[in-house]
Amino acid sequence: MNALIISAIMGVLMMFSGILLKQKSTIRGLALTGLLVTIILNVMEIYGFHLFKINATGMMSFDRFSLFFNTIAMACTFVFFLLSAKEMEKVGVNYSDYFALIFFILAGIILSSSFSSLLILFLGIEIISIPLYILTGSDKRNLKSNEASLKYFLLGSFSTGLMLMGITLVYGSSGSFAIDAITNPGTKPDVLLIAGLLLLMFSMAFKVSAAPFHFWTPDVYDGAPTVFTSFMATIVKAAVFIAFIRLFYHAFGEIHSTWKFIIAVITALTLFIGNITAVFQQSVKRMLAYSSIAQAGFMLMAVLALNSIGSEGILLYTTAYCLSTIGLFAILVKMKDYTFEGFNGFAKHQPLLAGVAVIFLLSLAGIPLTAGFLAKFYMINAVINSGGFLWLVILAVLMAAISVYYYFRVIQAMYFKEGEAQVIEASTSFKWVISLVAALVILLGVFPQLLFSWFYF
Amino acid sequence: MIALLLILVPLLSGIAAFFLKKENAAKGWALLSSFATVTVSILGLTILNKTELLQFKCSWLPGLGSSFSIQLDGMGQILCLLTAISFPLIFIATWQRSYKNAHNFFALMLLSQAGLMGVFLAMDALLFYFFWELALIPVYFLSSIWGAERRIAATFKFFIYTFVGSLLMLVGLIYLQSLTPDRSFDIKAFYSIAIDSKTQNWIFWLMFIAFAIKIPVFPFHSWQPDAYEQSPTAVTMVLSGIMVKMGLFAVIRWLLPVLPSASYAYGEEMISMWVIVGMIYASLLAWRQDDMKRLIAYSSIAHLGLMVVAIFSESEIGMQGVMLQMFNHGINILGLWVVVEILERKYGTRKLSELGGLAQKAPAMAILFVVVALANIALPLTNAFVGEFMMFTGIFTSPVSAYEMITVPAAGLTIIIGAVYTLRMVQKVIYGNTNALTETGTDIGYNEKLVLGIIVILILIVGVYPQPFLDLTKETTDFILDKAILPSLKK
Repeated sequence: MNALIISAIMGVLMMFSGILLKQKSTIRGLALTGLLVTIILNVMEIYGFHLFKINATGMMSFDRFSLFFNTIAMACTFVFFLLSAKEMEKVGVNYSDYFALIFFILAGIILSSSFSSLLILFLGIEIISIPLYILTGSDKRNLKSNEASLKYFLLGSFSTGLMLMGITLVYGSSGSFAIDAITNPGTKPDVLLIAGLLLLMFSMAFKVSAAPFHFWTPDVYDGAPTVFTSFMATIVKAAVFIAFIRLFYHAFGEIHSTWKFIIAVITALTLFIGNITAVFQQSVKRMLAYSSIAQAGFMLMAVLALNSIGSEGILLYTTAYCLSTIGLFAILVKMKDYTFEGFNGFAKHQPLLAGVAVIFLLSLAGIPLTAGFLAKFYMINAVINSGGFLWLVILAVLMAAISVYYYFRVIQAMYFKEGEAQVIEASTSFKWVISLVAALVILLGVFPQLLFSWFYF
Repeated sequence: MIALLLILVPLLSGIAAFFLKKENAAKGWALLSSFATVTVSILGLTILNKTELLQFKCSWLPGLGSSFSIQLDGMGQILCLLTAISFPLIFIATWQRSYKNAHNFFALMLLSQAGLMGVFLAMDALLFYFFWELALIPVYFLSSIWGAERRIAATFKFFIYTFVGSLLMLVGLIYLQSLTPDRSFDIKAFYSIAIDSKTQNWIFWLMFIAFAIKIPVFPFHSWQPDAYEQSPTAVTMVLSGIMVKMGLFAVIRWLLPVLPSASYAYGEEMISMWVIVGMIYASLLAWRQDDMKRLIAYSSIAHLGLMVVAIFSESEIGMQGVMLQMFNHGINILGLWVVVEILERKYGTRKLSELGGLAQKAPAMAILFVVVALANIALPLTNAFVGEFMMFTGIFTSPVSAYEMITVPAAGLTIIIGAVYTLRMVQKVIYGNTNALTETGTDIGYNEKLVLGIIVILILIVGVYPQPFLDLTKETTDFILDKAILPSLKK
């Protein structure tokens, strides 16, 4: 609750800071400080400190899982600010508004990771989506950005419609918005409930860009300004995943057997389409868009398994995925040429940045000693331990092997090919931060307990 | 402690080597580190050979049922000794070669050594998988950066091949873990699970494909000649001398005792037959090669195939032969690569058709080369004779096989073809008349004499007195076979 209110206030504050503060560095400083305060207050809430005494029973419940995820999401946003806040200046003139929108999105993330009523879920998802439509179109003189924004808005509204319809049907069947009261153990689910469940599933699948609802993703991610793609492909997607799992665990966990096959098919399709299409991309940015679909396929395995290994794993997965992808995008933003050829000879000019990029790519590919490996390991482990679906696991590992192809193309370009990669110079502080993120990726790959021991404390 | 040092010495010195900017400093540092590893390995075999020193265990990922558990058993001793000995020999043999960004080269070499040691030491399935990949990544970078013309495609093929295999193995390992009562990756837990034969069958394939790719077994071998040819020779030595042993080793430690009924069901008929077909095929290909690197690569497929057949024959003498032969093959192929390296550096070619008459110009090299080549054919008095003799005896007296009358002659055929292509190589390189290229040839230097000398001495010592090695592997062999041979087949 602390973080929710503070981040909403921060959003408003940032909105007006554009009028009051003239210096861009001051605005940036304010945003960073505000986020840091929010993180600290959120951590204090884990230890039982409540800044506001608001009774939200039945609407939201800040359990350990959601508080912990909120910390991860905000910490990743903090890293994102540190690495890319300067790049936002180049997008357009409304510098402070971008921060305001991101703080609103954070409020939405907190809502959708902590809801216990379907209404709050809807509210959370919408508060995430609407600022995203704006951010996507924020490069307003760029036709591609406009197109992406419009596309995202139209399709996004459509999926929101699906979600509302799903919520209505579920309400019609159960007479309650509370996620714990939707299914009654022992009774057979009726048609209304199943229909509502499917609509909810499809709209969530749309939001996490799972196939066959993924078609908006490449265009939107490609068209949006790269800094914002970085944000929406990582933290936002992770948050929607948490909402997905939370919804299906609490609301539909008891009728798991009725829908798990559909999720398995969606997972398989997502893995297949995401990985295969990523292979054919010529632009690293678009490749990362498809890779985010492919990674979503792996994360869906946690929804499929719906056990404790899966929910532990999704926390590790989102952390690993967010850190690596944010790091990669932070480097990509600094490139002049987004194609694979644009990376030729990168290692010679920027040995440090190339080195950390390799760590991020290895982590995304799931090579041991990086957080990405253990994340994938958790997902496979979760599905195997839930029993069944071995075909899916085998498909998933084969697809992971394919993913090596397109991730390693970047490594090959950077290290093994000659060329003059055009890079905008990176500051020393940027290098420090990005090295620390890379170190964290390796640390989590060797000692994931660091994350979990804190989770269970 | 010894076990831990075998990993830590190369790992830490490898990381340190990244920061040495001067080429000679990096070379010297790598050599020093590899000597330290040899010392540790020999100490572990002799005066510090105590059980408590040879194992190490500490908590690592308790939530996943995995621990950092390493131990040096008889088979591990032999393979760690091979890994330890190979690296200084590789460094000395390639001393004259200069590399761009040498510090990175030597750092990655040492890291791959650490990974290999870890594979041979791991007593925990997840740890084993970690090291399995850790050994691969540095080799991928070594070959891709310092390799030949077509290096990027060749090493990428190699990487994808092995990565697909190891991911399938990972699924197998996780499934096995889910079958253990306390959800543990510990090797003892793996050895004690009883799995019904249907489940065993498909887990067997998940894991065996990974190992078959690494060994490589026909038809998964196509990455190998390309990777050997395109890698810098120092890396080819690591790949062929040590890395391929990972696959054989893994079959013995992680497959036979864990999945005995599937190993029996597929191993001694189907796999042995197709391996033998692959051996004959590879031998015939080796016969027709002009490039020495490719010739040796194909010959390696044939030699390793015999070891696979011997493993699945599940007899004591055959299994001991395999463990001994893994060491021997590593030493012998290293010798052959050293010769290739010398020829390539001096004459700029590896083609048999362009060489000749070197016996007149480089007598010392010729003598040493012939001994190594004879060991490759497994002539008596050389180490390979002991190993191959034991393996053939094992296959012939196998308690599980019913087809020894087919397998032994067929596999024996590859020995004959082996003599043909090895002698053809020797003949084309060192006999005959000199040509324009070899006319100005000189004999080898001291460091090369030293390396080849050590290899020849090892060949002869093991060839004459292999008993210490057999004593070393006896216990492991008995243990493995006790688990592997089905109760109904025990005599």
